[in-house]
Amino acid sequence: MTVDVTREAVRAPAPAGPRPGRGGGRRGLPRLTPWIFAGPATALFVLFFAYPLLASVYQSFTADRDGAQTWVGLAQYRRMLHDPVFWASLRNTGLILIVQVPVMIGLALLLAYGLNRSWLRFRSTWRIAYFLPAVTMLVAYSVVFRVLLKTDGGMVNQTLHAVGLPEVDWLNSPGWARLALIGSITWRWTGYNAIILLAGLQGIGREQYEAAAIDGAGAFTTFTRVIIPQLRPVILFCSVTSTIGTLQLFDENYVLTKGGPGNATMTPVLYLYKVGFEQLDFGYAAAIAWVVVLLIGLISFVQFRFLGKDRSRR
Amino acid sequence: MTTTTRTLRPRLLGRVAGYLFLAAGAVVSIVPFYWMVVASTRDNAELFRSPPPFLPGGRLLHNLVSLQHSIGFTRVMANSLGIAVVYTVLSSLISAMCGYGLAKYRFRGRGLLLGLVLATMMIPFQVLLVPLFQMMSNLGWIDTYQAVIIPFLANSFGIFLMRQAFLDFPDELIESARMDGAGDLRIFYRIVLPVVRPQLGALAIFTFMSQWNAFLWPLLMLNTEDKYTAPVALYTLVGQSHVDYSGLILGSFLATLPLMLVFFVFQKQFVSGLLGGAVKG
Repeated sequence: MTVDVTREAVRAPAPAGPRPGRGGGRRGLPRLTPWIFAGPATALFVLFFAYPLLASVYQSFTADRDGAQTWVGLAQYRRMLHDPVFWASLRNTGLILIVQVPVMIGLALLLAYGLNRSWLRFRSTWRIAYFLPAVTMLVAYSVVFRVLLKTDGGMVNQTLHAVGLPEVDWLNSPGWARLALIGSITWRWTGYNAIILLAGLQGIGREQYEAAAIDGAGAFTTFTRVIIPQLRPVILFCSVTSTIGTLQLFDENYVLTKGGPGNATMTPVLYLYKVGFEQLDFGYAAAIAWVVVLLIGLISFVQFRFLGKDRSRR
Repeated sequence: MTTTTRTLRPRLLGRVAGYLFLAAGAVVSIVPFYWMVVASTRDNAELFRSPPPFLPGGRLLHNLVSLQHSIGFTRVMANSLGIAVVYTVLSSLISAMCGYGLAKYRFRGRGLLLGLVLATMMIPFQVLLVPLFQMMSNLGWIDTYQAVIIPFLANSFGIFLMRQAFLDFPDELIESARMDGAGDLRIFYRIVLPVVRPQLGALAIFTFMSQWNAFLWPLLMLNTEDKYTAPVALYTLVGQSHVDYSGLILGSFLATLPLMLVFFVFQKQFVSGLLGGAVKG
């Protein structure tokens, strides 16, 4: 959402506002009327965004030395390079980005495709079923998965047992805990992305399908040659928002595993929370936060470069 | 005859496969909800026995009472609701006003403000966590509702959404209202705002849901139990040594209900708001 609204805004022409010189301006005073509208938001942004933002930049170059905030240059950033927990959090995030996001978007694409078939009955019921996970409270669904995945007697293990599979210590072994986290996020967000992609699919004109059919394209060719290229902006939107969401992951792993076992589900934001508010190491927390910002910017940029470009055009 | 069966069979197969795939997905989506209903109406012993219960039981009232006893459930729900409603009303209004100012006026500092809004949208709020926390503590706002509500009232996404809506509003209408002697604020509230009601509605739904979900910031700000919001209170239940699982699930289910309700009532606005500018390309 963020991304495209931004792009739209940049592209939008400057408003042909009603009479530039109106109001106080005529008498040579600054015009007050626009600020009646924009003032409250501006004041809030300056106070609660611009100021803390600058403070956090400064903070990331400082450390607490005997109770005093001292300038340490890049020391906090250098510290990150040798911090195994920080690297673990990046590896986990990378794993989710590489495994979970593509799988989820692929699934969402298939669901959207299915939901858009003309022969499908009870369309809105299906849509509601898929969207329901996306309107569960973040903490609530994490709690539910925590209980579902409980090692002794949890529903998932009981089901495994019933079909003759070995039970799994879901939240206490690194590999399974990661899988549990990935599974939970996928459950929560696949339908959400499917609904967005479905809206995109509905925007593809009937004549495009007909043209493909006349050219003798089968379902698969139509899917890969017509649907996917047409959907590229929407897929980009879903990937970018999912990536940003992944890099900001906190609620789910905080409730499910608190980042454990042994940092197997640690994420940068959970780590910065622990550093900042459990170890009260504000400088280091600020530095971690800025690395997260840079990563989000970098990865979003790369996604725009690769997904945003229309490759079908010669 | 043979040609029809030949084309029909793969088509039928495709449909069956399609329905199977959709059904499998729907089952995975829905089962946790059904299980929440079952778990909410059972007690802990029943919940984890083997085989697990498949039908709802009769312990709903018992679980409600214990949830009320452990976290003051009605109180935390009221807190969540109050915070979310106040936040939604104020934030939507502030965003709409700012969006209008940006869309319909030219003024010094407009470009700068637009840049600031853009920056807010791109920079994740976690960067602000530490300095904002210190700010709240210096202001003496820790453990107050205003600390949860005020810092995030200016919502850049909302401002852009509303600005976009106002850009499409014809200037001539504003001009003619002005000719009739209407003041700027009056024009905004009486003429412009009613027209963008759908977008405003979508924004309000979104704002409400995001505030209802908010966890990290309220967790940092609130530290008296009777001020907790629902997610914070539910989280405290998870950490206890003797977890009341049935109560926990019941609480999670009830805390999710308002979101589902909003979704069912406002489905149309919801999906359009969700898409924001996504499906324009």
